[in-house]
Amino acid sequence: MANEIVFSQNHIPGIADIATYLDNGGYQSLDKGLGMTPDELIEIVKESGLRGRGGAGFPTGMKWSFVPKDTPKPRYLVCNADESEPGTFKDNELMLVNPHQIVEGMILACHAIGSQQGYIYIRGEFVEHIRAVSGAIEQAYEKGLLGENIRGTGVTVHLAVHPGAGAYICGEESALLNSLEGERGLPRLKPPFPAVSGLYGCPTIINNVETLANVPHIVNNGARWFRQWGTERSPGTKVVSVSGHVNNPGNFEVPLGTPMMQIINDLAGGVRKGHTLKAVIPGGSSVPMLAASECDIAFDYESIAAAGSMLGSAGLIVMDDSTCMVWAARNLLHFYRHESCGKCAPCREGTDWLYKTLARIEETGGSESDIDLLLDICDNMDGKCFCPLGEAAIAPVISSISKWRDEYLAHTAHGGCPMRREP
Amino acid sequence: MPLLPESTQRIRAIAARYPHGQSALIPALYVAQGEQGSLSDETLAEIAGLLGMTPVDVKAVASFYTMFYRQPGGKFVFQVCGTLSCALCGAEELIRHMEEKLGIRAGQSTPDGRFKLEVVECLGACGSGPVMLLGDRYHHNLTPELVDSIIDELKTAPLPEGLPAPQVESAGKPER
Ligand SMILES: Cc1cc2nc3c(=O)[nH]c(=O)nc-3n(C[C@H](O)[C@H](O)[C@H](O)COP(=O)(O)O)c2cc1C
Ligand code: FES
Repeated sequence: MANEIVFSQNHIPGIADIATYLDNGGYQSLDKGLGMTPDELIEIVKESGLRGRGGAGFPTGMKWSFVPKDTPKPRYLVCNADESEPGTFKDNELMLVNPHQIVEGMILACHAIGSQQGYIYIRGEFVEHIRAVSGAIEQAYEKGLLGENIRGTGVTVHLAVHPGAGAYICGEESALLNSLEGERGLPRLKPPFPAVSGLYGCPTIINNVETLANVPHIVNNGARWFRQWGTERSPGTKVVSVSGHVNNPGNFEVPLGTPMMQIINDLAGGVRKGHTLKAVIPGGSSVPMLAASECDIAFDYESIAAAGSMLGSAGLIVMDDSTCMVWAARNLLHFYRHESCGKCAPCREGTDWLYKTLARIEETGGSESDIDLLLDICDNMDGKCFCPLGEAAIAPVISSISKWRDEYLAHTAHGGCPMRREP
Repeated sequence: MPLLPESTQRIRAIAARYPHGQSALIPALYVAQGEQGSLSDETLAEIAGLLGMTPVDVKAVASFYTMFYRQPGGKFVFQVCGTLSCALCGAEELIRHMEEKLGIRAGQSTPDGRFKLEVVECLGACGSGPVMLLGDRYHHNLTPELVDSIIDELKTAPLPEGLPAPQVESAGKPER
């Protein structure tokens, strides 16, 4: 499709095989990119305005430029393929369908930051994806596209897959580094930022799968080409993962700035017959919920922020009018309570309290003061947790109370969920 | 039971591919669990010896990650996602159905040790919920009929040795 970058080759049968990938222009960007100096490469990516697709949206070229140039230490690239944010399943498809695109992007990123070793950290449940990416890396070695002196350019890059083992927190970049070092996946204090002191205490750049998958296309076609899509501050395209109460869930790559309702209605087939839209979570479970009345916005970083939420990882969870918002918040707090790594008390205790209080309201109605209790717990977590997981956990609670307080009150009045379907 | 010589060799070779051998810990735990089905104290101590770690550090890591089992469980483990996108598509009802079909509650194994039912958090496949992971395979868009047929088929299937594990030797690192 005309508006696709990272999904533009998905329709080609066998694109996961290197012969097909090479026949379709694969690895061409290395001729250009490895011929450039690292600074030139960083400059192109800076000019493109590419922002990290893993959640925070940090400008990629700028991040790369933070790696110290004069360090005697080895530098590392780590591709974050933990795909752990509920509602997000885009890196899943990118790895399964077109793994060479990621390998190609990683080679370029390694050259840009002066790294000879990259790792791709893939969640352990993705056995098939690990096989696909490992296979692509192996094929790239066979063709001399990885290893010493790639295509006579003097550039050396080695890549390897590293499996995760089931822990949401390992998607957070510093916890991921601990996991890759064979430790428990606990987050690290920042600063120092990984670009200065990351894997094994060496300068390290961590980028999301989709971020790196964009890089070969930017190098091939230039920054201006990339900017034909999107907005001034959100250039390019974004893969949006649409799930929940829609007729046609799936991944859709759209130019940033596409109307969100168009994504829901035209691409994802709209909400189920006989129902109306009630709420969405636009950027993966860690961002505030939006009510249907707030959904007439463009899907880009700044518009979603102006509406009071975040683009995040673009995991767009759609809920129709059959959804109880207390139930939804409880479900997500079950997740955060389970996934809190336990390192800091506000998150470890706070997520547990939030879950138990929400469960009480949902099951037996609790009391009105429980609603204030929830907000008080959120206040005691806000800005006080060691890493962003705790901040993420309060987003569904605060947003659901502020937008659907009447539903919470209906629970307390009714002695439990008034919408509960009997088993 | 000590690890098979093949397994210890594999673990040593993986460790040699990282700048620091301890990075091989998660892969090593997969190798051991793939062979033995769960991770006993004895096995963890053996891995600690291979990687130059203390047994307590290895234990701390093995207990942190949900994919490692300290106790032998079912041979066929149903890991059904209960997180929001799947729950919106009927995961709760599906789990209740599976509990009835298997005659156990979520978190339990059948008395013969053949099946275990686990409710897990988001599996990164939310567009095709309800989703479950069974061994190394994802099953999408599950319905009660679908899981019934999967369970019925596995009732007579030969029991696997150990647990399925991801490939842990990927290309790409010169020997240290
Ligand atoms: C709790 C938590 C979970 C995260 N999970 C992921 C993830 O699964 N995949 C990902 O790419 N980034 C994840 N991130 C964001 C990473 O920390 C990091 O910002 C990102 O990988 C950087 O890459 P980018 O600049 O290309 O986006 C997570 C962050 C937090 C706080
Ligand atoms: S919510 Fe079930 S796979 Fe993500």
